[in-house]
Amino acid sequence: MSEIVRSGQEAPEEPDFAPAEHVHPRRTDVDPRAARRAERQVAILFGLSAVFTLVALAAYVLIPVDAGVSLPLAGPVGALNVALGLSFGLAILCIGLGVIHWARKLMPGSEVVAQRHELRSTDEDRAAAVAAFERGLDDSGFAQRPIIRRSLLGALALMPLPLVIILRDLYTSPPNALSPAEQLSETIWDGGVRVVSDIADRPIRPEDVPIGGLVSANPENLHEVEEAAGNLNARAKAAILLVRMRPDEIVSEQGEGWSYEGILAFSKICTHVGCPIALYEQRTHHLLCPCHQSTFDLADSGNVVFGPAARRMPQLPITVDEEGFIVAQSDFQEPVGPSFWERG
Amino acid sequence: MSAVMNAGGKGAGWLEDRLGNAPWLRRQINKVFPDHWSFMLGEIALYSFIVILLTGVYLTLWFNPSMTEVVYDGSYAPLKGVKMSESFASTLHISFDVRGGLLIRQIHHMAALFFVAAIALHLLRVFFTGAFRKPREMNWVIGCVLFVLAIAAGFSGYSLPDDLLSGTGLRITQGIIQATPVVGTWMSFLIFDGEFPGLAFLPRLYSVHILLIPGLILALVTAHLLMVWYQKHTQFPGPGRTNDNVVGYPFMPIYMAKAGGFFFVVFGTIVALSGLVQINPVWAYGPYMPDQVTAGSQPDWYVGFLDGALRLMPNWEISALGVTLSINVFFPAMILAPALLTVLALYPWIERFATRDNREHHLLDRPRNVPVRTAIGAATVAFYIVLMIGGGNDVIAYNFDLSINTMIRILQVSLFVVPVVTFIVTKRIALSLQRRDRDLLLHGRETGRILRLPSGEFLEIHEPVDEETRAKIMAKADIEPLALPEAVDEHGVANPEAKKGRRRAKVSGFFYKDNVPLPTEEELAAARHHLEHELDEAVEAGSKAAKEIAGQQSH
Ligand code: HEM
Ligand code: FES
Repeated sequence: MSEIVRSGQEAPEEPDFAPAEHVHPRRTDVDPRAARRAERQVAILFGLSAVFTLVALAAYVLIPVDAGVSLPLAGPVGALNVALGLSFGLAILCIGLGVIHWARKLMPGSEVVAQRHELRSTDEDRAAAVAAFERGLDDSGFAQRPIIRRSLLGALALMPLPLVIILRDLYTSPPNALSPAEQLSETIWDGGVRVVSDIADRPIRPEDVPIGGLVSANPENLHEVEEAAGNLNARAKAAILLVRMRPDEIVSEQGEGWSYEGILAFSKICTHVGCPIALYEQRTHHLLCPCHQSTFDLADSGNVVFGPAARRMPQLPITVDEEGFIVAQSDFQEPVGPSFWERG
Repeated sequence: MSAVMNAGGKGAGWLEDRLGNAPWLRRQINKVFPDHWSFMLGEIALYSFIVILLTGVYLTLWFNPSMTEVVYDGSYAPLKGVKMSESFASTLHISFDVRGGLLIRQIHHMAALFFVAAIALHLLRVFFTGAFRKPREMNWVIGCVLFVLAIAAGFSGYSLPDDLLSGTGLRITQGIIQATPVVGTWMSFLIFDGEFPGLAFLPRLYSVHILLIPGLILALVTAHLLMVWYQKHTQFPGPGRTNDNVVGYPFMPIYMAKAGGFFFVVFGTIVALSGLVQINPVWAYGPYMPDQVTAGSQPDWYVGFLDGALRLMPNWEISALGVTLSINVFFPAMILAPALLTVLALYPWIERFATRDNREHHLLDRPRNVPVRTAIGAATVAFYIVLMIGGGNDVIAYNFDLSINTMIRILQVSLFVVPVVTFIVTKRIALSLQRRDRDLLLHGRETGRILRLPSGEFLEIHEPVDEETRAKIMAKADIEPLALPEAVDEHGVANPEAKKGRRRAKVSGFFYKDNVPLPTEEELAAARHHLEHELDEAVEAGSKAAKEIAGQQSH
């Protein structure tokens, strides 16, 4: 405190702070041995930090990147990750602990009091600021010259438009592409397109789908599209599920003759917000979405029986071709996936 | 040592010649900061943000945000030969082929979890202690915006590696965007450059994640800290602490050492944890494929409440006039969550509408002393928690063997009932704590020492509460609710403001009316007297009684 007063050119009008009334001396304030012990502890922490840094460097050089260890709770993990993380972490931690210990034990331990001042300025200062602003405004003529003011405001309002319009080409459609809503409304399924299984990537015969079974599948022409367009968009819409039940278990279908000997094909993409689904309970014929638990009854036109989805699962009409493979009769008759405004 | 000091002094002198900053510097060095454990929450947020910036820059050196398909050929054997995006492949590269790369990824993610959690807890601290009141409303609003930005930063980062989990999260986000009335389809096409997933999105998200959001956060954090510094920190009530002073430690050396040391503690803890705990093992989930299912996927905790809101919403959708309005998606995601956040940001003004309180507040409230605010806060937290439980309901249903349908119904009802119950219970608890405080002042603290009086009675000795507790309790501000306005003024003219006034009085009454007042000066004096003479009085009373009994017996 007195230090500040002495070294300044002139003493500050009000001291920056004063000692608080309530002082609780610490061990280290009254016992020089405790103070020396604290000093040693701080220095040891700093020393430990240096050691841990060296350990971290050694770990980087010595431990191969693919070495593994098994930890009690975490199970098998990368050895380098554990060694580096622990040693480097402790190196950092020890510096922090040392500094805090130093502050708590050895730096002045009692609180001080400073005064607050109302944040609001005096009325005179505020009035002076307002006057200065008004003088500035007057001098600019902003208020007195409405033509300038209005034309400026008009110009400023228009000026950002190019910045907005340029964002239009965030989406660049190829010439004569369909509108967004139309694109969302169709998939690459078409009459005669074979159904291929998702994993084996082979066409499927009705015998391959057992009663109660569930097969994830795609259209055969997905390959071509994928390679040509180099994207996953087609897959995101065209994925389907094949299920088979006894024909008498089918309560209703979305179209007459859309199934084949109890085999039904449904979109795999949830109509809520688009998660792919494959949780199927064969006893109830219910399809459950893992994302928000919408449940669809595949024996009853794929209708929603529970959950936040509002639309039934679209059904793909299927049949078999001359070679006995399952094919689509046509594309889906309604858009697949989440709803959108133009869907109607 | 002194050479360093001299050099430092010379440098400072050089600057001072050019900036004239000595008086300013002196004031900053001597600035006083109050101390309390809960003030460290904001510090944790700041320090984890610094760790995020540091490790984020490291990640950019290896990460490649591209959706171009490649066949993996790195050293993680189980995925060799699998088709994936360059994004995912470079994440695997960082995790398995760059020495220390996995650690940097884990630190970045761990620090992100710390960051969002610390901001959320800091926000609660500020709310429940009333630190948002004048003059700190601006910082409250900035804090709310930072909370949202932190969630956005975390979500955008989590989506970059293009693994199966995060891809599913993005798919959900796209479905939500698409459900926006009128413009949804176009918005989604603009953002994804066509249909989902497209090729453009990840690089776009990347600039949002590493430039736009961190830039905004950095700017707002700077403004936030400058304001804290300029307005000085609030303090909890205690002996010698008033609304007009700051009691604490000077910036140099104590605060500087404690805060600086604490930075290292937070940094070191995050690094050590990242070595021990495995977060987001993307290699186990595999690359994203838009037709692959993830069962039981759980997003980072801070988006759980949005997921819950989507799950609990009934499946309302309107199809009419050739258009579709997906209330089931649009309402929880685009209305409910933003509305909640807006109300949160405007809370200081909502409360002021009730309290009409225009004074500066630098002394924090103890939550019990403002029962209605505390109850509102607790009810909001309860609402949030029900949504969050909704986000994990499948896990819970599975563990407790409930059907998911039952679980959802219970949660749907809870969403309305639990906050109301929480409000009532919290307010009761706060009021009973107020009553206990009052009793402490009037009757002192029970010491546990029991005396047996000559009359055979037992008496527990009370002691006046210590100064610390007393100062804390006495800092409570008792405020009377606004009075009802007169319907007619003294001249018998109808008061045009009467209706508005009645409304205000009602709101003010709701806020203040059940308050348990502090004892008056006289009550306190009487209590002090009583405590001092408790023993004497008891003994006297006892012996009097004994005498009386003796007297009666002698008759
Ligand atoms: C502002 C706060 C930020 C938060 C909350 C945040 C959070 C995240 C999260 C949770 C991840 C996923 C990590 C994983 O498990 O793979 C991530 C990834 C990433 N972040 Fe950040 N981040 C932030 C700022 C930054 C900054 C400033 C940069 C760069 C300068 C950056 C660069 C990256 C990169 C390159 C990745 C992808 C690397 C990978 O996942 O392997 N982040 N971020
Ligand atoms: S995406 Fe299927 S229920 Fe939400």
